[in-house]
Amino acid sequence: MDKKVAAIINKYNADKGQLISILQDTQAEFHYLPKEALTQVSDTMGVPLSRVYSVATFFKAFSLKPRGKHLINVCLGTACHVRGTSKVLEQLERSLNASRGETTSDFKFTLETVNCMGCCALGPVVNIDGEYFGQMSAGKVDSILNKYS
Amino acid sequence: MVTINIDGQELEAKEESTILEVASENGIYIPTLCYHENLAPYGACRLCCVEILKGGRSQIVASCLYPVEEGLEVKTSSPLVINNRKMIMELLLARCSQNEVIRKLASEMGVKQPPFKSEYLEDEDCILCGLCVRTCEEIVDRSAISLVNRGVNREVAPPFLEPSADCIGCGSCAYVCPTGAIKMDDKDGTREVYARNWKKEFKLKKCKVCGNYWAPEEQLEYIRKKLNLPADFFDVCPNCK
Amino acid sequence: MRKIKSLQDLEAFRNSIAEKRKVGKPCIAICSGAGCLALGCRGIIDATIKEIERQKLKAKVDIKTTGCPGFCEQGPLVIIYPQNILYTHVKVEDVVDIISKTVINGETVDRLLYTDPTTGRKFIHESEIPFYKKQKRLLLGNNSNIDPNSIEDYLALGGYSALAKALFEMTPEQVTEEVKKSGLRGRGGGGFPAGRKWESCHNAPGEPKYVIANCDEGDPGAFMDRALTEGNPHNVLEGLIIAAYAIGSHEGYIYVRNEYPVAVENATIAIKQAEELGFLGKDILGSGFDFTVRINRGGGAFVCGESTALMASLEGKVGEPRAKYIHTVERGLWDKPSNLNNVETLANVPLIINKGADWFRTIGTEGSKGTKIFSLVGKVNNTGLVEVPMGMTLREVIYDIGGGIKEGKRFRGVQTGGPSGGVIPESMLDMPVDFDELTKAGSMMGSGAMIVMDEDTCMVDTAKYFLTFLEEESCGKCVPCREGVKRMRQILDDVTEGKGEEKDIELLERIAETLKDTSLCALGTTAANPVLSTLRYFKDEYEAHIKQKKCPAGVCKALIQYYIIDENCVGCRLCEKACPVEAITFMGKKKPVVLDQSKCINCGICKDVCKLEAVGVK
Repeated sequence: MDKKVAAIINKYNADKGQLISILQDTQAEFHYLPKEALTQVSDTMGVPLSRVYSVATFFKAFSLKPRGKHLINVCLGTACHVRGTSKVLEQLERSLNASRGETTSDFKFTLETVNCMGCCALGPVVNIDGEYFGQMSAGKVDSILNKYS
Repeated sequence: MVTINIDGQELEAKEESTILEVASENGIYIPTLCYHENLAPYGACRLCCVEILKGGRSQIVASCLYPVEEGLEVKTSSPLVINNRKMIMELLLARCSQNEVIRKLASEMGVKQPPFKSEYLEDEDCILCGLCVRTCEEIVDRSAISLVNRGVNREVAPPFLEPSADCIGCGSCAYVCPTGAIKMDDKDGTREVYARNWKKEFKLKKCKVCGNYWAPEEQLEYIRKKLNLPADFFDVCPNCK
Repeated sequence: MRKIKSLQDLEAFRNSIAEKRKVGKPCIAICSGAGCLALGCRGIIDATIKEIERQKLKAKVDIKTTGCPGFCEQGPLVIIYPQNILYTHVKVEDVVDIISKTVINGETVDRLLYTDPTTGRKFIHESEIPFYKKQKRLLLGNNSNIDPNSIEDYLALGGYSALAKALFEMTPEQVTEEVKKSGLRGRGGGGFPAGRKWESCHNAPGEPKYVIANCDEGDPGAFMDRALTEGNPHNVLEGLIIAAYAIGSHEGYIYVRNEYPVAVENATIAIKQAEELGFLGKDILGSGFDFTVRINRGGGAFVCGESTALMASLEGKVGEPRAKYIHTVERGLWDKPSNLNNVETLANVPLIINKGADWFRTIGTEGSKGTKIFSLVGKVNNTGLVEVPMGMTLREVIYDIGGGIKEGKRFRGVQTGGPSGGVIPESMLDMPVDFDELTKAGSMMGSGAMIVMDEDTCMVDTAKYFLTFLEEESCGKCVPCREGVKRMRQILDDVTEGKGEEKDIELLERIAETLKDTSLCALGTTAANPVLSTLRYFKDEYEAHIKQKKCPAGVCKALIQYYIIDENCVGCRLCEKACPVEAITFMGKKKPVVLDQSKCINCGICKDVCKLEAVGVK
């Protein structure tokens, strides 16, 4: 792990101002922010661990817990809300047996919410592993989940 | 130097100073919770808010941060200010409904009960003023604790809620905490610095002469290394030196 | 690619591009913007490439993926050039027909033409369609014929000519004067005069100076900046470089929201291309002006759209705003003079430089010049991005362009300004779209999200929605916002659950006052707007929730009940199968089903799936 983290830090020249970019690349690499990675970032860059931890817990893009194989993001933007996205979220919670912010017990899915993905004209929108699903409804949830192994 | 007017008093003020500094220098009381003269002003509690008149328009600003300018007119206890301070206290009291310091301060400002439903009242001691974190960063230069999470989940904590490797046990955070949310106990050769969700224990150094425990070994070691002092420098406590 | 080192070089290069392009060569332009991606345009792109290859037409027909032309409700969208034929709701199966019939034979595929929902009339060209007719697409218009990853497309349309003009024919002061004269106001929500901001930053002591393009676009429901940055990144870049020149900055940032990965990618490619050709870097176009720019991604925090929080995150810190008694143009990023502009504001700059401030002033109202892009979404027929001159009325936008309310339902309100804004009721629909007019009505222009609401939208629920959003996004630093928004949200929770009391309204108003007066940043000071504006225009709805414990719009779960309308039910069993808690029982063919209220969790799925309007809500 430390070789990968070192490479990421190098890519940004260990620039303290780029801490968030460094954490984003680390999150993308490991699908979460492992404690060891954060400690390495702190030691290498000379940024207090408490500050790295503050940043890691402030931004929604980061997760300190390992995520499931597939990341589901439900858009809770206003346009999606007005078109009933909360019903889609509720159905997902029922079908997955996990609440928002949680990972299913078999580690297959992590269910997160996002406050707007910018696909507002086609709400409600759900994103799974970067793939967008527009005009969602509670009825479409199960058939879409079945597409993922 | 500039001239400003606080509550009808014409006062001389150094340029670049804040309304709060000028008020303090002249014995005018403005309540604060997150302010400390040895730390950079933070502007989190908003209790120090005052009403200013600028260009004919009235505005509420945080006096701990607002820089003075020539001709500034300030009212520290106008009805608008009092109402706002009351609401801020009501909000704090709803958060820390059992904390004695907050209850006392609220009472002094005429707030007995928060206007929110009782099932929503909380039992927190920390008001997130940040004094502990800022002291640890700006004065002790250790940054052992920080403000983590965001919004209503914000809290003061060491990384991963584990005893922080950077914490030397100086207890400055407990000392500066206005509500007792961080405490420090020295007992039987051990110091414990703790809050609701975290703590760290330290072995206290024993004086070679009087045999009393006087400061955490970690803290002394940190100071010794920083100031390049000999290895046995702190073996004798200040009283016996 | 050789670096362009002079004006003559640039013109020569532009001419060489024009010569390479055969006028009239067929081109299939497939929109790959936000919305069309969500509707599966990738499959269409792949199918088109395959079919062109199969028919051995690669040399004769161009395929282009473009940015968002804005008509998202009708996507996936494909435009055939040179005839400019617009096809809507395109499916993978349609690709063969499009190529064989239209591209090769010049015939239209009628089933794919846009059809007006009320008249049934079909339209061939984009410009004829009512959705587009009243728009003035100065910024978005180019999105349908530019491949965002092709700097040559941008140059072919005259791109970077404004930059050349600024660098070689104008002094930095003259550039600032022109932008000041134009009356361009910030498009991100603040509405601050851009030229004045540039001037203050230029005059502020301190080096280096920074310029930042804000593409954080946190307002939910807004995606204008996304379309601009994804679809025409060079336009934004050109505006940013001109701003840097005017201010005297040599280092810039484009801050893009983490949730916009395609925008990040396209902007990154654009920067690389610009560097290669010499529009960025040292001695730009041989003018002696240096400027570099980098892209930073947001971390998923609405508050980072606020300038001081944004700058804090650029310094590697948490996105905590700070007091703005000292403005960021004097002390911003790393405590140096910094100029932050929204992406749409910057996109207007090349036009202003090329066509002049006087021309820009002919568009819009006295206080609000130019055009504004709105994301018209919600319960309206034609959802998508709409660019109109300031001063057009809300009614025209929603009805003439938006095509009115979906399914013929009743209009209730339009929400503008995002979580800092408010709801405008029907009685005020003839209000012109203008910074000051919208603020007077208790809302604000904001970044441009326009969310249309109908009779099925509960205004109390809407206020609760925004407070829930803000509670999650508050940075938590100052007491009024962190604690106040939470308390307001709790009160609204109670009201929507039938536990509201009369005195709750007064308490909401008291908290709102303190939020407005004492919050540290604009997130807090405007947090109460949604509540206050809905109280102002829809008080009766609050009273229904509080006094009668009813939700007239049929939304608040604790106050409604779903029931079967026996006369309409034929026992098709759709609802029974969809019900997640098995609360519906089939009673036999042609007999109405029975809904067990004790099991019902009010999820509303039965009403959604019923095609015969046999499920009611009260």
